[in-house]
Amino acid sequence: MQGLISNRTLLEPKSLADALRMLRDEGPLVPVAGCTDLYVSLNFGTLDATRFVNLWGLDELRGIRVRGNVLSIGALATYTDIIRSPIVRTRLPMLVAAAREVGAVQIQNRGTIGGNIANGSPAGDTLPVFAAADATVVLRSADTVRRVLFSALYTGYRRSVVRADELIAAIEVPEVRGRQWFRKVGTRAAQAISKVVMAAVAADQPRIALGSVAPTVVRLPSTEAALAAGASIADAQRILLDEIAPIDDMRSTAEYRRRVAANLLARFWNERKRG
Amino acid sequence: MYFTLNGKRTRIDAHPMKRLLDVLREECGLTGTKEGCGEGECGACTVLVNGLPVNACLIPLAHAARTRVTTIEGLGGRHPLQRAFVELGGAQCGICTPGMILAAVALGPRPSLDRMRTGLAGNLCRCTGYSAIYKSIRKASGSKAMRKA
Amino acid sequence: MRRAARAVGRNVLRKEGADKVTGRARYIDDLTFPGLLHARTIRSTIPAGEIAGVRCNFGTAGFTIVDARDIAGRNIVALIDDDQPCLAERAVRHVAEPILLLAHADRERLLSADVQIEYRPTTPNFDPQVSSTSFKIVRIDKGDLDAGFAAADLVVDGEYRVGHQEQLYIEPNGVIAVPEQGRGRGITVYGSMQCPYYVHRALMVLLDLPADKVRVIQTETGGGFGGKEEYPSMIAGHAALLARKAGRPVKLVYDRVEDMLATTKRHPAIIRHRTGVMRDGTLTAMEIDALFDGGAYATLSAVVLSRGMIHASGPYRCDHVCIRGNAVMTNTPPNGAFRGFGAPQTQFAVEVHMDRIAERLGMDPVRIREINALRPGDTTATGQRLGKDCSAIAVLRAAVARTDFNRRRRAVVRTASRQQPALRGIGLSLFFHGSGFTGSGEVKLASKASLALTERGARILVASTEIGQGTRTMHAQIVADTLGWPYERIEVNAADTGEVPDSGPTVASRTCMVVGRILQRCAEDMRARLGGLSPRQYLRKHGPLVITKQYEQPSDITWDDDRYRGDAYGSYGWACAVVEVEVDRDTWQASPVAFATVHDIGRVIHPILAQGQIEGGSAQGLGYALLEHVVMRDGAMANSQLTNYLIPTTRDTPAMDVVMLENPYAHGPFGAKGVGEMPIDGPAPAVINALRHAGFDLREIPATPEKIMKAQISSLKSSVTLET
Repeated sequence: MQGLISNRTLLEPKSLADALRMLRDEGPLVPVAGCTDLYVSLNFGTLDATRFVNLWGLDELRGIRVRGNVLSIGALATYTDIIRSPIVRTRLPMLVAAAREVGAVQIQNRGTIGGNIANGSPAGDTLPVFAAADATVVLRSADTVRRVLFSALYTGYRRSVVRADELIAAIEVPEVRGRQWFRKVGTRAAQAISKVVMAAVAADQPRIALGSVAPTVVRLPSTEAALAAGASIADAQRILLDEIAPIDDMRSTAEYRRRVAANLLARFWNERKRG
Repeated sequence: MYFTLNGKRTRIDAHPMKRLLDVLREECGLTGTKEGCGEGECGACTVLVNGLPVNACLIPLAHAARTRVTTIEGLGGRHPLQRAFVELGGAQCGICTPGMILAAVALGPRPSLDRMRTGLAGNLCRCTGYSAIYKSIRKASGSKAMRKA
Repeated sequence: MRRAARAVGRNVLRKEGADKVTGRARYIDDLTFPGLLHARTIRSTIPAGEIAGVRCNFGTAGFTIVDARDIAGRNIVALIDDDQPCLAERAVRHVAEPILLLAHADRERLLSADVQIEYRPTTPNFDPQVSSTSFKIVRIDKGDLDAGFAAADLVVDGEYRVGHQEQLYIEPNGVIAVPEQGRGRGITVYGSMQCPYYVHRALMVLLDLPADKVRVIQTETGGGFGGKEEYPSMIAGHAALLARKAGRPVKLVYDRVEDMLATTKRHPAIIRHRTGVMRDGTLTAMEIDALFDGGAYATLSAVVLSRGMIHASGPYRCDHVCIRGNAVMTNTPPNGAFRGFGAPQTQFAVEVHMDRIAERLGMDPVRIREINALRPGDTTATGQRLGKDCSAIAVLRAAVARTDFNRRRRAVVRTASRQQPALRGIGLSLFFHGSGFTGSGEVKLASKASLALTERGARILVASTEIGQGTRTMHAQIVADTLGWPYERIEVNAADTGEVPDSGPTVASRTCMVVGRILQRCAEDMRARLGGLSPRQYLRKHGPLVITKQYEQPSDITWDDDRYRGDAYGSYGWACAVVEVEVDRDTWQASPVAFATVHDIGRVIHPILAQGQIEGGSAQGLGYALLEHVVMRDGAMANSQLTNYLIPTTRDTPAMDVVMLENPYAHGPFGAKGVGEMPIDGPAPAVINALRHAGFDLREIPATPEKIMKAQISSLKSSVTLET
């Protein structure tokens, strides 16, 4: 059931600095970007917030560029921006693969990378990509800029270190060496929430991240170390199962998630030398 | 607040967080845009904003400011897709049809089956099983008007 | 008038097509009235118990509030058993049962109104297997079951289960009730619905009004699939109660969550088969027990069960058959009509079971069906002797030939190497579907249709609704050709009880075969009366002409309602579906990668519309098989939003190869049979049979990846051997 609209206030900052000042001085405010998650909550009356700050017009948060050897993606970059970006296609193809699997075209045209990160759902499709890519999140407030390792961003289910006066400004991805791999498992072929989602990089020191198998997206350091040390895939799978904690919910079962996660690990590892 | 609605500059006085869907239906009297789910799953509320298909149920009016918005009413009635959907069974109950046609407009000329499948995956149709929709789009694609567009 | 090109068999333009593609078509939520109030339904949050108190924690000024005490007539949704209250008074039997109604001019005020209901909960029962309340028991006996089993070389048992399914029309349910001012106190209800006269009767009973004080007008309807057969009577009742109390028009449109939580679904069922068969494949005995979960109130369960049981032994001949069906109560929202109406459940079971029998015999799935399929002259389980319009063998052979089924089946196995990321399987199903109401149902309905002469041609007056399937177009084609006039000169009146006669509900694959035939008789009569005159000449000479005809049962049909013996349906459609599935070895996701079906539906009135029914019904059947999972938790649908209840998207729906055979039915208009429901009967068992061929032993739908994972036959492991 739709929540009430008349008691909502939407602040309209003219610049990023303006937005950050509003967050500091007039908070708490809920940032408004592509609205593909926010408006579901508002339409279903599951979010009680009444004060919002509109980021959509802040083009400062929109660019995709390479600085030095670091790919920097502005928080307002949409999935469509990602899919169409030659830079991302070259440097981070697993992010393009993830972006193509988010919702469908209508969602891809509005949903943003910053929103996916801020929403912090363990099923967020791009999050394993950033975890596997050792990305850094740029957090800005009126007075500070912080760079937080993506793997240190989340502290629990939909909880993160982002303060109420901070915005996710960009995500920075260092050069990724090694073959990138992405796979989303949903119940249907399109428009599905992940039941398991995995991103991985094949290299001497492989990097593997999984979504929908724990309260937050997870990296699998022990599994990675085992594979790097030449463990058999069966041993690596056993270690993986100790590193994840999936649950039964209305979309799937813990057992299914465990077995699929293990299968995907094998699939990734077996395919690493191909093409 | 101003935007260009179906080619006409339009002024709206409404709450900036009102859904574009409700603005179109209630303030502009354009009821061709439908609500099927309110969560961006069914695509019945698909409109084009600056030429890109979006779910009008997930867009605040504030984000339509200064954009070009196209609804089904903006296609007139002689668009080749409209005619083809009638002729080839692309429309049955009709409730998904306006959104489906707008999503099809955004596919561009002569889309492959794969492109249609991907580009329409956000538009649920419960009547047709989609085959007749592909046939309709294919037929419209072949028409002169569509190639010009 | 000039002689027209024939319309029947041609793809004439859909009557309301232009309105639908331009956004001009007006659905219920697109309408408004001066002084309109918005409405909201307050529902139970417990599955069983009593209401102890209702508290309104808001300033009630400006609100119209209705509870059961405001009902002038009987507090029921009049249908068959009349056991379902329109508003709960004390007892609550399921979650989302309506208790209180609110209306207000301002939607925000309405939404923020806080109502607290206190309950005295009792222990609910969600398990149909231990239910002590039966809504309906059906028993069909043919021959001597013991003798049949005595003649068998082999007895095969099997238990099969199907879940709920949500109709998921894309337009949610909704109505607007407009009260008549002044002395008359009549009411007009506009709405999205399949059966205006069901709503009409329910309102008369609820409001204690005579027929002429209730008017029901169908608005353009965004899909129904059975989901708008009986439930609109409930919603119309609610809106009408509010409108009469407020003296203002009231709009009551559900959002998606409410629609999924509160309205009907397909009945879940557990079906057991015990079958005697000879070594050569001949069936000697079929014993079938079916348990249908009716939900909390009877609604249509009795007739759903009835159709389900008549179709339970499939399109097969067998001399000794016993079918026992029971529809029982549970504390879940009532289940009701959904395309297929009991037949998808029971034909799922029999078609999966047939493959299991073939497997035990070491026989291929085509051969066992060839041997046992009904032929003209054979009798069904109810003893109905089939005529020349029986096409079971024809559709089977056509589908097998078209898909090169036997060769594909062998080839799929050969190519299933361990290196491939997917396993493949191919399966088929053979099925049938009776057109029209069961048994004496059509005689009892006594449907009427009218045809009025106009200056240009004729106007069709029927209560049959256009819900996407093409009613208006198809009826106009039948009338046009019968009169010999151009299709464009035939108009179709709105389904408005103030203007059209009761043509019966738009359900049961009856709108073409039954109502279309009555219209054809009207047109034949009109043509005779006109002689050589044009419509204009006739009107000038004789004045207005309206011809009304009533259903007439063909003289060769007999039915015994008590014993379930005789001609259950005037005619049957026949079909065969072939599905090829691919199962991902890592994720157990099954995709239907190829789909073909052959349907005999008698004469095809409009090829594109008919094919649209077959493709759309088949897609729903594939969703039923693989995706559509209603998660019930504590008696309520836990996944009541489109993010979590998944229907097929473009990317889940394969290309479909559809062939229509035209074996005519003598009493159908131009030889037409029904088409609407049959397509959904076959895909699910074909998918499960294909999965069996791919190495997964399932007897249940939906076959979600989680279930497929557990059904893997151990000799065929996924890419990774993993013990968890």
